[in-house]
Amino acid sequence: MSKLSIITRGLVKENPTFVLVLGMCPTLATTTSAMNGLEMGLATMFVLILSNIVISLIAPVVPDKVHIPVYIVVIATFVTVLQLLMQAYVPQVYATLGLFIPLIVVNCIVLGRAEAFAGKNGALDSALDGIGIGVGFTLSLTLIGMVREVLGSGSLFGWKFLAGDGILAFVMAPGAFLVLGYLLVLFNKLAKK
Amino acid sequence: MAAKSNLINMAACLTGVCLVCSAILGGVFSMTKEPIEEASRKALLEALSVVLPARGEVNPEARSVELDGRTYEYYEQTLDTAAVCWAVKSTVGGFGGPLTLLVGVEKGGVVHATRVLSHSETPGLGAKCETDAAFIDQFKGFDTATKSLKVRKDGGDVDAITASTITSRAYAEAVACAVRAAAKIQEEAR
Repeated sequence: MSKLSIITRGLVKENPTFVLVLGMCPTLATTTSAMNGLEMGLATMFVLILSNIVISLIAPVVPDKVHIPVYIVVIATFVTVLQLLMQAYVPQVYATLGLFIPLIVVNCIVLGRAEAFAGKNGALDSALDGIGIGVGFTLSLTLIGMVREVLGSGSLFGWKFLAGDGILAFVMAPGAFLVLGYLLVLFNKLAKK
Repeated sequence: MAAKSNLINMAACLTGVCLVCSAILGGVFSMTKEPIEEASRKALLEALSVVLPARGEVNPEARSVELDGRTYEYYEQTLDTAAVCWAVKSTVGGFGGPLTLLVGVEKGGVVHATRVLSHSETPGLGAKCETDAAFIDQFKGFDTATKSLKVRKDGGDVDAITASTITSRAYAEAVACAVRAAAKIQEEAR
């Protein structure tokens, strides 16, 4: 498999949100605005790339029966590092994403990639896979966030183009399911062609 | 790919990984400890500067007062060594979860200003208690001696946010609690 296709695969063919349908908890909960979606995507990508690299390096020496706990410890370490760094340098972002940062530990995309890819491939390929899946996840979350923000708040990336409120349901949980559902259909229809 | 498992290499591997990871975490923790404290101190000072009048000195050391079985944290502002104003942290149950306010209360029970520290109200409805200027500004200079800290629906003088009576009620209640706590602080100081 060429290096380029490892990256592009994560964008369309194996898009984590719209094709693999993984990591739905942060996807539904944090995409109330485009900016929140983007930030959550980037946070997940940070963990994904680093854990993929480290796991691909240690996988050959990790005994088979304990590989899941070892992977989780590695992932949890990177998440905690990210959490501390965000608290220290971008407290505003940390305040909005809050609980969903520690929850990256149990995000099935991260452990899924460790199991399905990083554990069986080299460090470079695993890093590229992390970038591909990470960018795919970030773009998907930003897209959902954009749709929800436009419909729900009448703004885009915080820029308000509509006075007053939008359709509030789209900022709340039901809107998250609706937008995700329709985007899922649209994405798969377009991707099939 | 993976090595064959036996008790010794499993234990060794887990111990090794955990040791390395905790070392990394310890390093990052001590590295970010100061910036994190700095950031939370800055956020606190910013909130204090909003709810307290711009005069005298604020003691950034939190103190606490007990009232009706609850503990309130507060910060004292002094002018020429006499305490003149208190910023009281007050938490009540809102519509979506706890609603925490910082309320500046002047001597005699006049509210100087309020600020939301954290909330989990509905976006677009109750969450407006953080941004709706008309709602927030009505608490500035609110004199509890002549007006009542209840929403108009309950016979008070607080204009509720449209379609968010429960949040508005909680907000007014939090301010009222802070005022009562401030009264207790003054009583104790006497």
